[in-house]
Amino acid sequence: MDRRGFLKTTLVAGSAALAGGDLCAQETRDPEEFVGILVDTTRCIGCRACEVACGETHDLFVPDVLNDGALEENRSTSDKQWMVVNKFETEAGEVFVKRQCMHCYQAACASACPTEAMEKTKNGPVTWHGNRCIGCRYCMASCPFDMPKFEYGEWNPKIQKCTLCFERLEAGQKPACVAACPTDALMFGTRVKNLEIARHRIYNHPDDYVHHIYGEHEVGGTGYIYLSAVPFEQLGFRTDLGTRPYPEYTKEFLYSVPMVLFGVPAFLLGLNALIGGPQPGQEKTFELEAGDDGGGDER
Amino acid sequence: MMGVVMNANTAVSGEFSRFFHFLMQEMKPRGPWLTPFNVISIPVIFTGVVIIVIRFIYGLGAVTNLSQDFPWGFWLGFDVITGVALAAGAYVITFVVYVMKVEKYHSIVRITVLNGLLAYIFYAGALVFDIGRPWQAYNPYIGNKFGFSSVMFLICWHFFLYMVAAFIEFSPVVAEWAGWEKARKFLKSITLATVILGITLSILHQSGLGALFLMAKPKIHPLWWSEFIPVLFLVSSVYAGLAMIIFESTISHRVFRHLIPHDPKHSFDDILFGLAKGAAIVMFVYYFFKALLFIHGKQWSMVNDAWGYWFLVEVIGFVLIPGFMFAFGYRNRSLNIIKIASVMALLGIVLNRLNVSVISFKWYAEVHYFPSWQEIVVTLMIIFTEIWILRWVVTRMPVFKPAH
Repeated sequence: MDRRGFLKTTLVAGSAALAGGDLCAQETRDPEEFVGILVDTTRCIGCRACEVACGETHDLFVPDVLNDGALEENRSTSDKQWMVVNKFETEAGEVFVKRQCMHCYQAACASACPTEAMEKTKNGPVTWHGNRCIGCRYCMASCPFDMPKFEYGEWNPKIQKCTLCFERLEAGQKPACVAACPTDALMFGTRVKNLEIARHRIYNHPDDYVHHIYGEHEVGGTGYIYLSAVPFEQLGFRTDLGTRPYPEYTKEFLYSVPMVLFGVPAFLLGLNALIGGPQPGQEKTFELEAGDDGGGDER
Repeated sequence: MMGVVMNANTAVSGEFSRFFHFLMQEMKPRGPWLTPFNVISIPVIFTGVVIIVIRFIYGLGAVTNLSQDFPWGFWLGFDVITGVALAAGAYVITFVVYVMKVEKYHSIVRITVLNGLLAYIFYAGALVFDIGRPWQAYNPYIGNKFGFSSVMFLICWHFFLYMVAAFIEFSPVVAEWAGWEKARKFLKSITLATVILGITLSILHQSGLGALFLMAKPKIHPLWWSEFIPVLFLVSSVYAGLAMIIFESTISHRVFRHLIPHDPKHSFDDILFGLAKGAAIVMFVYYFFKALLFIHGKQWSMVNDAWGYWFLVEVIGFVLIPGFMFAFGYRNRSLNIIKIASVMALLGIVLNRLNVSVISFKWYAEVHYFPSWQEIVVTLMIIFTEIWILRWVVTRMPVFKPAH
């Protein structure tokens, strides 16, 4: 290869490196800074005041809690409702469980997003930016709790999910659901403090709780944490999600990207140079034969 | 000074008007209109366009069966994930011809690269219909925020860069067709560099498509989820590409027979036998890897239900058996067996990609996703449109003529 060819080759192959900024730089955050909500399911009376408050605050669907009989069915959140309360028949009787985005410590949705439209904010809430989102729904496929919801009936769809009342927090208020809760089943605070309260309750009332705080270690820790009197499987929680933060599942792959981006071109260029000889199609004989056969119908 | 500029201007505008007339001439249809393919494809394409219009007015829910539980369906699982795997022939064959300098496969480079390029434009391009806000699709490229920790970000970039690389690889043919000799020489001179770029990008995004599913661990059946999905996708893309070349070139040698010159040194049959041998070896490696993961993951207990049988159908019926058929066909010089094996291997790839992305996704769900007829019609529209473009290019540009 002459010098010019070499420079051209290097230039083009090197431009591959432009796409090589895909390093997974996981920020280290101080979990003490995080805010979250402690849900004590033994205190919930199923009044669904939180559902109403959520719908009103965020201009979403406001359920008619007295007449709709929605507790009789097992509902999931939707693009119209960021949170729902479900009723479970368990060995400890009726238990009501509020479900919504868990605001993971290392959120799968945020690391999945190609445009950082899904963002884990510095103080805890996972929020969505409409001006960045391309609607690929990778966040939905990645979320272990299936919380991001997509507006399938809109020409300009949004991703809908709990924002932990991000705007209210900035104004110094508590999340709407917490403010509406009449029984202190919901407690807002830093995650560290909420964990302390949860442990304290288990310690003081060891017979009233299972000795497990859901969200303490699940998927690397979540902003929402749960206390329960019965094993969490009975309350519709998945207990097979593991304790590894979900972004780590793709970390090795992303770390291998620069290795391939630089290793493979080096290997291929070296291989090509080792083989030597002319590039295919540059032999004179082949060209002459081609002229004999292909002439008729090329134009 | 002015005169020089004027002259240059006249030359450019003269060339432009020549090319414009040439292009208009080339746009005219050749051959009869009422062929069976046209009769079937034209109504499908028109229906597809109507469905796409409805999709952009009323949203994805109006034409697809996607739901909150199944965010990815047939358009992503088949068009993009499967389509890109089937387009892998371009990077495999350019590696063999340009990096390894194997003259034998030179005559099929142009058609294979063209197939790869069109497949990327149409199947990766099908993402535009599937994503919710395509008018913001420039965001991963020139937006204000880049998701560096996202596999999807990597794939967005690599699809784009690979299309550019594949186009440069193919561009000497376009330049030759348009009569731009200087451009052709330059474009030809950077072929090796773009080929190497293309191979590197392909390795990353073929495996990257698998890496998309790493975080969906709790949702994909354990027989299909593994931390090695990226490697499995990469290895299987190699034989997917080879099988696709065998399948596709068998058809094009029938349809475009009059365009294909005879290469006295390397007969078409010899090329097919070589490809079959390569496919057989890669398939055995892939099968061995699958078996290793199966044994290492202690998955014997999962085989004895419907999902287990389905897994065995895929891995034995559509990997191991076609692998043996390729090997057998190569040893016994039987083209028919090789052609059947290539169809089975391709079905196996379709099965595998759909199993990972759609079929075993949320295998525990009570109501499972099944594509709507609109999703299938749009997919057919994309395939038919691609074939129309392919036919146009092949009958006009020197695709089957051996390169200079």
